[in-house]
Amino acid sequence: MAYKATAAIVGSGNIGTDLLAKLLRSASVEPIYAIGVDPASDGLAKARSWGVEASPEGVQWLLQQERLPDMVFEATSAKAHLANAPGYLAAGITAIDLTPAAIGPFVCPAVNLDTHLLAPNINMITCGGQATIPMVYAVSRICEVEYAEIVASIASRSAGPGTRANIDEFTETTAKALRVVGGAKKSKAIIILNPVDPPMNMRDTIYCAISPDADIDAISESIHAMVAEVQSYVPGYNLKVDPQFDLARPEWNGNARVGIFLEVRGNGDYLPPFAGNLDIITSAATRVGELFAQAKESVVA
Amino acid sequence: MIGNARDGIRITDSTLRDGSHAMSHQFTEAQVRATVAALDGAGIAVIEVSHGDGIGGSSFNYGFSRTDEMHLIAAAKKEARQAEIAVLAIPGIATADDIRAAQDAGASIARIATHCTEADVSIQHFGIADSLGMETVGFLMLAHKISPEALAKQATIMVEAGAKCVYVVDSAGALILQEAAARISAVLGAIGDYAEVGYHGHQNLSLGVANSVLAYQAGARQIDGALCALGAGAGNSPTEVLAAVFDRIGVRTGVDVAATLAAAEDVVLPFIPRVPRMDRSSIVQGYAGVYSSFLLHAQRAAERYDVPAWSILEEVGARGYVGGQEDMIIDIAIGLQQSIGRTGTQN
Repeated sequence: MAYKATAAIVGSGNIGTDLLAKLLRSASVEPIYAIGVDPASDGLAKARSWGVEASPEGVQWLLQQERLPDMVFEATSAKAHLANAPGYLAAGITAIDLTPAAIGPFVCPAVNLDTHLLAPNINMITCGGQATIPMVYAVSRICEVEYAEIVASIASRSAGPGTRANIDEFTETTAKALRVVGGAKKSKAIIILNPVDPPMNMRDTIYCAISPDADIDAISESIHAMVAEVQSYVPGYNLKVDPQFDLARPEWNGNARVGIFLEVRGNGDYLPPFAGNLDIITSAATRVGELFAQAKESVVA
Repeated sequence: MIGNARDGIRITDSTLRDGSHAMSHQFTEAQVRATVAALDGAGIAVIEVSHGDGIGGSSFNYGFSRTDEMHLIAAAKKEARQAEIAVLAIPGIATADDIRAAQDAGASIARIATHCTEADVSIQHFGIADSLGMETVGFLMLAHKISPEALAKQATIMVEAGAKCVYVVDSAGALILQEAAARISAVLGAIGDYAEVGYHGHQNLSLGVANSVLAYQAGARQIDGALCALGAGAGNSPTEVLAAVFDRIGVRTGVDVAATLAAAEDVVLPFIPRVPRMDRSSIVQGYAGVYSSFLLHAQRAAERYDVPAWSILEEVGARGYVGGQEDMIIDIAIGLQQSIGRTGTQN
């Protein structure tokens, strides 16, 4: 049997459970524990039914286990991760953080994972960030992006209590990552919740301010190549239309603009396919776990 | 009852916020100062100043502000002798930092807006506004989309978060008479012991003022208007008409009718490039229940992609897009262009 790195998932809500479903299919990561804090959690029951040891006794339980995992995926809240992270570090467990705590570097697998593969704590930014940063990077690797703006529209039913209680965390974290990882000089992020029934698929629109004489063929080609790269781990990631180029305008500081219109459909693992926003962050986290496992294997071997 | 205990009504004028849509967010400081001076002199108690999509709205998606809105808020504050300055903040677009900056610039009322089913995303922002000592008002947008009972539940969430008033916001100008009144009654029934109820109307089906009167009769005590109806879609209930109508039916507004008429005619009308009117597109907005501020964005996309604006708006309604999803207008326009193109080649 091929070497598999072991993993624990802390947080038994939608994200933790969807992530568990994905990791169970992984060829290089074996989820061994699912941890929550609510004995009645549907996620923990699901984990047990899938044959994964589950505990409602929180991170303390995890750290007391004789067999510790190689990595832990944190799918709780920023506050919980801030409290839990020192314990993971002391135990030598790599943390892959799906909360906005951002203790470690921002990672978007299609853009900068190789830079941070050995970090003890990796932050997965936000769902909107995972969807839009690759596009901003696809433009900024061709020409300077003075300003990038993204609009993420998600189905109301896919916005969990954490997102709702602190929506600023989404907009601010995403905007920062558009600069730090995406390469834009300035940025703005907007999120819209839409309750329409049947629920809408996640939509993301990315606008980048570019020079009036930017090479639009090269930008277009770079965008298409990056979409294909993201599709390798998020199959439901698609351009709805070709990139739209608008001529320079005075109110855009004399810049021209490229508009990129995406739809993200989920895999339907634990959450329905409309919840592409959750799928893209669990898929990205799975990708990070697998590349970490491969790097670890090469060290072990 | 707190909700309808006020003697008369408080009119909040939104010329300098909802009107920002109709101005494509190009207000100058001079226009803001002149409008505030006229409204303040006419006795309007609350003047809202923000980008049309609220503070933080200046963007590719909604249009960039010509003048930084914090600068406009500060100018408005300086000009106002008695009126308070309000701002609109839509969580998901505006952040806590934007609210702090607006309060620093002189705003004392925060109107926190969400789509009518999503009140719980505003809890954080009510807390921040409250901690800054601002008066807090909740804004439930596209209120025609859900039943009066469902709307009342959402209003309760805002009041529990600290809102001192919750508005039924007819963002699409789609509510017809009793539909507006029924929502006011339901919301008042749910929150009336703790907070007031307000009504924000649009003229897409020409019912802004009539709905406002019915809203008052159903217990609303805060009513929004804009001079010359300057607002999104076919515009808002004209403040000058609200002042005249409420005066005629003996409802105290604290507003001088003649001075309000002068403010509209002499101060605002001269600088408006496009007076809002009930044209095909805006009537379709009221009829199909489409967020009013989509109008000029649809017209721009119509021009860029050579498809009719009203058909874009119809499709926006069919897909159930909500306030803030202006980007989808481009998506729809491209789709329409391609379908027209395909039909053409098949013929």
